[in-house]
Formats: sequence, C-alpha cells, structure tokens
Amino acid sequence: MSVNSISPARRIKDKAFLVLVCLAFVIAVIPLISVLWMVIKNGAARFDMDFFSHSMRNIDAKDAGGGAYHAILGTLEMVLIATIIALPIGILTAIYLTEYGQGGRLAKTISFFVDVMTGLPSIVAGLFILSAWILVLGFGFSGFAGSLALSILMMPIVVRGTEEMIRLVPGDLREASLALGVPKWRTILKIVLPTALPGIITGVILAIARIAGETAPLLLVCFFTDSINTNPFTGPQVALPQFIFQQAGKPDPTAIDRAWTGALTLIIIVMLLNLIGRGIARWKAPARAR
Amino acid sequence: MSSSTEIIEQGGSGAGARPAPSPGRLGDRLFRLASSGAGILLLVIMAAIAAFLIAEAIPALRANHASFLTTTTWNPDGTPSVFGIAALAFGTVLTSLIALIIATPVAVGVALFISHYAPRSLAAILGYIVDLLAAVPSVVYGLWGLIFLVPGVQPVWQWLHDTLGFIPLFSADQVAGKSVLTGSLVLAIMILPIIAAVSREVFLQAPVNLQEAALGLGATRWEMIRMTVLPFGKSGVISAAMLGLGRALGETIAVAMVLPAAFTVSAQLLNTNGNSIAANIANTFAEASENGRGALIASGLVLFVITLVVNMAARLVIARKKVRA
Repeated sequence: MSVNSISPARRIKDKAFLVLVCLAFVIAVIPLISVLWMVIKNGAARFDMDFFSHSMRNIDAKDAGGGAYHAILGTLEMVLIATIIALPIGILTAIYLTEYGQGGRLAKTISFFVDVMTGLPSIVAGLFILSAWILVLGFGFSGFAGSLALSILMMPIVVRGTEEMIRLVPGDLREASLALGVPKWRTILKIVLPTALPGIITGVILAIARIAGETAPLLLVCFFTDSINTNPFTGPQVALPQFIFQQAGKPDPTAIDRAWTGALTLIIIVMLLNLIGRGIARWKAPARAR
Repeated sequence: MSSSTEIIEQGGSGAGARPAPSPGRLGDRLFRLASSGAGILLLVIMAAIAAFLIAEAIPALRANHASFLTTTTWNPDGTPSVFGIAALAFGTVLTSLIALIIATPVAVGVALFISHYAPRSLAAILGYIVDLLAAVPSVVYGLWGLIFLVPGVQPVWQWLHDTLGFIPLFSADQVAGKSVLTGSLVLAIMILPIIAAVSREVFLQAPVNLQEAALGLGATRWEMIRMTVLPFGKSGVISAAMLGLGRALGETIAVAMVLPAAFTVSAQLLNTNGNSIAANIANTFAEASENGRGALIASGLVLFVITLVVNMAARLVIARKKVRA
C-alpha cells in the first residue's frame, strides 16, 4: 500500500460520517419546508380582502367569511407599545454593561441575569403580569397588559443585540472624541450609538419578530374578543397568534381555514421583519471579523 | 470605567488645564445613573417575577386539600380543592427530555455540516436557513402539528408500536397521534436551531492549528473532527443542549395543541398520555376561577424554578468556556 492511500475502513468511516452530517442538515430543513408549504397552501384559500378588513364579530366558527382585522390591529398596537417600553430600558442597560460597568460586580450580575431572562418561559412572563398588574394592582385585562408581558420578553434580546454591536465600535473613536474634550455621555450619544446604530436596529427588528409571534402570555392577560378594539388600554384585545390558536381549536373547516390564513399572515410579517433586519445587518454593519 | 477616560481626566487636571464644563459633568452623572438604573430595573423585574408568583400562589396552596408535590389530579376549583403538580411536572420533563434526545444529534450534525463541511461561501446562508426554523412562531408549529403531524404520524407510531411494542416505552393500549412522542417531535424541531447555533459557534472556535496538524499527520476529516473538534466542543454542546432543554420546558402553545392533556404519570410514549405545566396553564386558564388561577400560578412558579436552574447551569458551563451564545 502506498503512503498516500487511506485504508478502506477509514475511508468508509469518513464517507459514512459525511453522509450522516449531510443527512442531519436535510432532516433539519424538512420540517421548515413542510411548515412553510402547508401554511402557504392552506393559507391561500382565505387570503382575501375580507380577511384583512373584517373582524369575527357575529360570525360563528362554521360561517364563511370573517377576518382577522381586529387581531392584526391588536398585534400591531401591542408590539408597538412593547417596543416603546423595552427599547430604552434594553439600550440603556447595554450601554451600562459596555461603557460604564465593565467587569464590575453589578455589571456581571446584570449580564448573568440578562442571559437567564432570555430563557424565561413566555408563559411565566404572562403569569407575572397577571399576578402583578391584574390581580394585585387591579387593572383589567387589556392589550396594554399584553404589551407589558411582551416587553419583558423583549428586553433581554435588545440588551444582548445592542451590547454586541456597541462592543464592535472601535475604541479609537471613543478616545478621539474624549480627547477633544467631549463629555462621556455626549460621546456615547453622538459617536458610539450612531456608529452601532444599524446593528442595533437589526437586533431590535429581530426582537420584534420574536415577540410578534408570542401567544402564551397574551392568553393570560388580554382576555379574548371577536370585535375590533382600537384602544389597547381598556377592554380585551386580541392579537394574531391568539386568533390562530382560537380558530385552530374549532372543529369547523371554515375556522381551520381562517387559522391557516392567520398563520400565513403572521409568517409573512415575521419573515419580512427577519429579512429586513438581516438585510440591514448585511449592508450597513461595520465589517465583522470572520 | 474605561481606563482611557481616567487617563484623559487625570492628564487634564494634572496639566492644570481648564476644568471640563459643568453641564457635561452633570450630564455624565445623569446618564450613568439612567443606564445603571435600567440595568438594576432588569434585576428588580426578575426578583419581582419570583415575588409576585409566590404571593399569588400561596392562597391557592393553602386551600389545597392534597399534597401539591405528589398529587396527579388537577381540580383546584372543586370542593374540596384538590390539585398537584406531579403529573404535569412529569409530563413536562418527559416530553422535553425526549425532544432533547431527538434534537441534539441532529443539531450537532447540522452544526458540523455548517462549520466544517459546507463551503465557506454557503455556510452563512445555510446557517440562516436553520435560524429561520427558530423564526417560525410557536403557534404556527402548533397548527402544523395539530392538522398535519398528528394524523400524519399515526401510522408511523402504529408501526413503531407493532415492531418495538415489547419495549415498555413503545407499548400502548391505543396508539394515538396526540401522544408524548408527537409533542416531543414538535419540541425537537423548535429547539434544534438554538442547539445548532450555539454548537456551531463552539465548533468554529476549535483551535485551527490542531485541526491542521491532525490533517497534516494524515487523519481523515472525520478523524480530525473526532480528535480535535469534538473534544474541544463537548462542554459547549452540553450547555447548548441545556439551553434547548430550558426552551423546551417552557414551550407552551405548540405543546398545548398537540398533547392530549391527560393527567397520568406514564412513560408510554405512544399512548394518549402527555401534558405539561405550560400547556395546562394555556388550556385551563380560561375556565379557572380565583382559586384555579392561584393554582395555575403555583404551577408556573414550579416551571419558573425548573427553567431557572437549567438555564443558570447552562450559562455557567458556557461562561467557563468563554463562548457567547
């Protein structure tokens, strides 16, 4: 046997592993294709004007027609309010972790709990708002309560995304600004944040995409309605994921069709957000090492 | 405080230069206060979650006429009020562990495929495709699971039962599409991306010189991976799996839609068994009265503690390896 050749047993093992690894990738992609295919195929049936312009008021599960206007509106309002709450807290925390607290005990503690908070089950966030906001403080079920729960889920994602981007800002820029006598807070606001902005926006959009699909906490704190409620602060409001969950629970094919179209709408929203977010990251972010 | 600022500030005062304008100083103090305040607020929220869940769970636990930890029935609104976490906690852990067993090998394969097999130019796109799996909302997986997977797996599970029925895990009185294994399968799909993403990061950090040395000594690609990449990545894969486990334990809607919501303690994966803490909250919350809500919050507290422990353990393993998840 020549020096260059590999024994058949070793070569077969090598090839076998190559096949296994490729197979693993194929197995992982099958459910994605299956989900997308089913959602597009079944969702197309009711993807009409009625669906986007009508609520489910006075429409039974077995009735044709009806739509998710109320739910789409609810999702937009809840996600917007959640973002308004979570954004400043998340970004300020990230600034503390990168610019002020470096290596200190408080920063390490916060950093650790941000990681732990990332793994917080969404239903627990819902139970927390239910206990604190609705049961103890006595506010009613509302879209705003849903926003509060969503903002808790959003905060750690925003912190992590922003932190990572701020760390990519070259130290030279900060030092140059400080050397010119610019106070640190202005350096952060005028130099650090603008430089990291595209990356931060990406992180925020991905966080929005994540919470827009959340169902569990909303079931607990928004109650449920078939009607349009434009005011997120009073009365029950419903979001798109809840709408899907509720329609999917009905035995009638008309309801199931509405659930699929709701799923298609939700997937389009989430995937668009993902594409926009990652697109910004690709075109605008400072060149990353790798 | 970064060392560069200190140097500049000391240098400024040492040289007797004019003092920094006071509005800047005030702004600095306010900004520092606001940013540390935001960080502390996050800690307060975590503490408040525990505090409020405990406070709201206590009245229901007091009214409970059975042992919370060992009872399998769930009837908090009955008279007398009787409920326990045993069946739910068992179901939660069982479905999540099975999901982990299904997902981890596939995820490690996917991670290796992207880090060491796929061409560099394709790796980013392939990674993005796998990440898309994580972008699909859980309620959509639930719908897909309920309408497509549950009827679809029925014959497969029947075949599993017919061929492997002698193993207690696969024995069943009545093979059902809505079963523990179906729930685990959906969970496995949902946690695969996070396990794959974290593992991929670890594999990419395996020392290149060792890999090149192994190849230079004539190792095949598989031998190189087995001898350099896998030993290096082992702890990373373990913590990735634990992060996935944490995700699976807390997953709600998809599981609520494909599990039969039975209150049994049984490891028969193909029978109409299976329930989880989170699924039970989603399924029964609407009908729960005051005591029932308290009982559900108590079960949520148990879930919170379980996931907290799993996540903390995972993060500690990662922290030791200095890998960012």
